[in-house]
Amino acid sequence: MSLQILLESLEASWASVSIRESILFYPLVETSHVLTLCLFLGMTAAWDLRLAGCALRSVPVSQVVNRLFPWAIAGFVLMVISGGLLFLSSPVRASQNIFFQVKMVTIALAGINAFVFHKTVFRWVEEWDEADTIPTRARVAGICSLGLWSIVVICGRMQAYNWFD
Amino acid sequence: MDLLAVFEWLEATTIGVVIRESLWLFPVIEAVHLLALALIGGMILVVDLRLLGFGIRSQSSAALAKSLQPWLVGGLITMVATGVPMFLSEAIKCYYSPPFWYKMGFFAVALLYTFTVRKRVAATDAAALGPFWGRLTAVASLGLWFCVGFSGRWIAFY
Repeated sequence: MSLQILLESLEASWASVSIRESILFYPLVETSHVLTLCLFLGMTAAWDLRLAGCALRSVPVSQVVNRLFPWAIAGFVLMVISGGLLFLSSPVRASQNIFFQVKMVTIALAGINAFVFHKTVFRWVEEWDEADTIPTRARVAGICSLGLWSIVVICGRMQAYNWFD
Repeated sequence: MDLLAVFEWLEATTIGVVIRESLWLFPVIEAVHLLALALIGGMILVVDLRLLGFGIRSQSSAALAKSLQPWLVGGLITMVATGVPMFLSEAIKCYYSPPFWYKMGFFAVALLYTFTVRKRVAATDAAALGPFWGRLTAVASLGLWFCVGFSGRWIAFY
């Protein structure tokens, strides 16, 4: 129950109340969170479409991954900051929301998927960088990534509706 | 012609009524709208970053734009296909919403710009074009699409 107490004290904090009661700050943070989708998920989509063999086929995989990497990371950092602020505005309600819980688990799964991809098949990318047939493992990683991040977006949007409050 | 009367009629269409009376339909359509947003945002960014001299610099902007074009067009079609039903479900609210009108204005300009000026600039050889015009084209593109997205989000607030 200590987590519950922590969340409640967080919700009573000055920062949480300030965000919740602000007229402009909250919608601006929310808008940043939505628009940063283009940067973070947009770059991820470019990677995944390449891995699935659906776009940028003439560009070596390593170039698509490495050259877009800093932009995707920047997008992810902005997502975490804006998302963290949104969470801070109502931590008790958010953490009890089933969509929020599914979203967090799915982000972890997407992270594991990306980690495994980088530690395995991407390590010998030179062998298939420009190959006509993309290794099944890489293809599956790309398709899984697309699916998992889509679930994250859908859950994020559903979380705002108060069906389960 | 009374524009408000047209919007009232649009709101009374079957699609508008069905979405309004459903608990799930609007949020589900909205989620697909957001997925398509991420897709078109990414496809636009990859080419605009290249025009700015970042991202996949080993390739020409022409090659990137050509390869990503079907996904950009597919994303835009999805945006319209999900945006129109959402609009129909709350047409009268949109009529009185300043962000809605800003969004439609920016969207019309952004769409026209993307498939005329930007398309031609992205297809032009970078050496012949010079870096300045490429950068200017990208900045205008990013600015226009940012305004579409930003005002779109604010329809929910005003």
